Amino acid sequence: MKRFLLPLAIFLVVVGFLFKGLNLDPREVPSPLVGKPAPQFSLPQLGDAQKTFSPRDMLGQVWLFNVWASWCVACREEHPILVALSKQNIVPVYGMDYKDTREDAEQWLSQGGNPYLVTAVDADGRVGIDYGVYGVPETYVIDKAGVIAYKQIGPITEDALRDKILPLVKRLQAQ
Amino acid sequence: MIPEIGHFALILALLVAFVQGTFPIIGAARGNAAWMGLAKPAARAQFLLIVLAFFCLAYAFAAKDYSVLYVASNSNSQLPLQFRIAAVWGGHEGSLLLWALILSLWTVAVSFFSKHLPDDMRARILAVMGLISIGFLLFMLTVSNPFERLIPAAMDGRDLNPLLQDPGMIFHPPMLYMGYVGFSVAFAISIAALLGGQLDAAWARWSRPWTILAWVFLTTGIMAGSNWAYYELGWGGWWFWDAVENASFMPWLVGTALIHSLAVTEKRGSFKAWTVLLAICAFSLSLLGTFLVRSGVLTSVHAFATDPRRGLFILIFLVVVIGGSLALFAWRAPKIGRGGKFDVVSRESFLLANNVLLAVAAISVLLGTLYPLFLDALGGGKISVGPPYFDSVFVPLMAPAVFLMGVGPFARWKQAPLPELALRLRWALGVSVATAIVLPLILGQWTPMKGLGLFLAFWVIATTANLLYQRLFVTGKSWQTQVKAASRSWWGMVIAHLGIGIFVLGVTIVKSYESEIAVRMHPGDVAHLAGYDFTLNGVKEVKGANYSAARGEISVSRNGVQKTVLFPEKRLYTVTNMPMTEAGISPGILHDLYASLGEPLDDGAWSVRIYYKPLVEWIWIGCLMMAFGGLLALSDRRYRLQKRRAEAN
Repeated sequence: MKRFLLPLAIFLVVVGFLFKGLNLDPREVPSPLVGKPAPQFSLPQLGDAQKTFSPRDMLGQVWLFNVWASWCVACREEHPILVALSKQNIVPVYGMDYKDTREDAEQWLSQGGNPYLVTAVDADGRVGIDYGVYGVPETYVIDKAGVIAYKQIGPITEDALRDKILPLVKRLQAQ
Repeated sequence: MIPEIGHFALILALLVAFVQGTFPIIGAARGNAAWMGLAKPAARAQFLLIVLAFFCLAYAFAAKDYSVLYVASNSNSQLPLQFRIAAVWGGHEGSLLLWALILSLWTVAVSFFSKHLPDDMRARILAVMGLISIGFLLFMLTVSNPFERLIPAAMDGRDLNPLLQDPGMIFHPPMLYMGYVGFSVAFAISIAALLGGQLDAAWARWSRPWTILAWVFLTTGIMAGSNWAYYELGWGGWWFWDAVENASFMPWLVGTALIHSLAVTEKRGSFKAWTVLLAICAFSLSLLGTFLVRSGVLTSVHAFATDPRRGLFILIFLVVVIGGSLALFAWRAPKIGRGGKFDVVSRESFLLANNVLLAVAAISVLLGTLYPLFLDALGGGKISVGPPYFDSVFVPLMAPAVFLMGVGPFARWKQAPLPELALRLRWALGVSVATAIVLPLILGQWTPMKGLGLFLAFWVIATTANLLYQRLFVTGKSWQTQVKAASRSWWGMVIAHLGIGIFVLGVTIVKSYESEIAVRMHPGDVAHLAGYDFTLNGVKEVKGANYSAARGEISVSRNGVQKTVLFPEKRLYTVTNMPMTEAGISPGILHDLYASLGEPLDDGAWSVRIYYKPLVEWIWIGCLMMAFGGLLALSDRRYRLQKRRAEAN
């Protein structure tokens, strides 16, 4: 009797995995940068090209690093969420304007509101390569030691902010 | 209005399927003839209703009705008619409808060709198929309705994926589904036999023709898909171990095992429990394949947009159907008697070994296909399993199976003395070993893989030739009488086995001796490969029905004599703005010459890939021979006699 039950048992194990698999997205690839120090750079700021911005300036703080561009349609989707977040003073948001012109970027911020304390200008996209940016927008959560704790690919949604990013930020700030 | 009729027909079909799936099975258990008698008319009514629904959907495509969401998502007004019709199964909802249509087609066929079956058996078989149909109809009507309206209607459709706009799309999916779904008959017969407790030779004899027919369709369908990938994807590859390919290959492996073990069960009464299990597994793997393709749990070149509710529905359906039948198996199988005894060396033992190897091969393919999912579910990260795994696992499993294939037909039932076997096989062994050593040396360098492949190919061909020789010329009668005396199923076996030999030979030669170059060519430039000169005469703009293309003209010559002209194309489908390559191929019995056009380069040059593929067509010729062998076996007198006897009764 027992050996005839074996096929059923194997099948049920496979079903267990298939069920779990339904809730996984095979296309979601984790960033290899998570858990590694954020790559260093020094870039001119938007608004005042004489000043520069570097992640080193941010050591000791938990901060969000949002890569955006004025030509990016999906950024329009997340922009109001970022503006609202910046008004709550929970976590500082820094931006990086990716492969864009200063005029377009400034006009976009004046229209939609500016959620960024500082925006770095990555006009030729070199820093983007270091960060493994393959689509705009992308957002990194960086901890007090300058280590990337999380990467959001694509626009930040209300759900992602509430369920993932903010709880993570609170935990990192408490450390 | 027409789409609503189709929708309504599906709802009615579901109700009929409920009748077909419940009353006859209860009637068979209670001996109620009237209830059992419902099975046949219900099966036929269900078929007509699903045909009606299918025609309604096809009509919506043909009439460009973009108020139907599915039509709007999968076709376009510029799409030629034949592809608009094929687009019926170009997406999720429509392929389910095709699935249900083909299931009901098989069911109707069973209802017509089952006159010789006892009433309760037939009632149970049709009822099991009705139960499967309930699942698919419910699935369509709840979460995958092909007739869902889009209001307001779209101005025009989003177009069929250009990859699917190919004659292959017209044949490959229906063939494949005929195969997949055809295993439902063997499955239903097994379940019916388990329910009724009659697992005897008769049960195996009923299952055999259905299983072989399904296997023929599956073989042809897989072959068509492989051939399509070969000329459409422009990489010159013919098998990629892609998750969806594997999903069709696993039922094939198990179905092949099933055909052989059914033969043993019918002739010798052995392997009964094992045969039932294989019948359940062949169809279960078909269902699992549907789940993998339709749920999006795996990534694949066949990736489709997915909806988690759909995945959950199919999973529940899988648990009910497969879990239920395996539980029934566990409950009833212990009562199945053991068959006749046989020696360690006998035809039974060779067939058993072949079965085990095929089953293990299917499991290893399943493991490789699901491994990324297992690992991800256990938090082990994302990986993909590709050809290195499959090649290194599959070849060692198949090599002994192919070797035994040469021996099996010589062995006698019950016991086959080894010395006699060795005597009958010695010259085939000599020929194949000699070829495996000498041929690679003549053609260049000897490597173990070349040697193994050639040995196996020639082993199968030589042993089969030997079998033919001993059957036709050594008996003392004239060979003409012997040709007629041999049964069609014997001839079917010979041709299918030769097909395997041809297939292995094609694979070995193309893997070992293919060559390719990637060059940049200006018009007028000449590239050289495998002794041929390829001249790019020019690249012209051409207009298709719904695409514009750059068509290269490459004339091929050898020693100054023109052999052929290739026309590779780079198409841009205007609606979706998707580029597609159409390889230019000159197929031949000895080799294919294959060119595909890459990107235009800035200075008017084109990047061109040229391939030389020796014996590549033999891969598909081998598959067609296997399928033809199956058809021959099907036309065997035994099955016709049975029918005539049944009609006489």
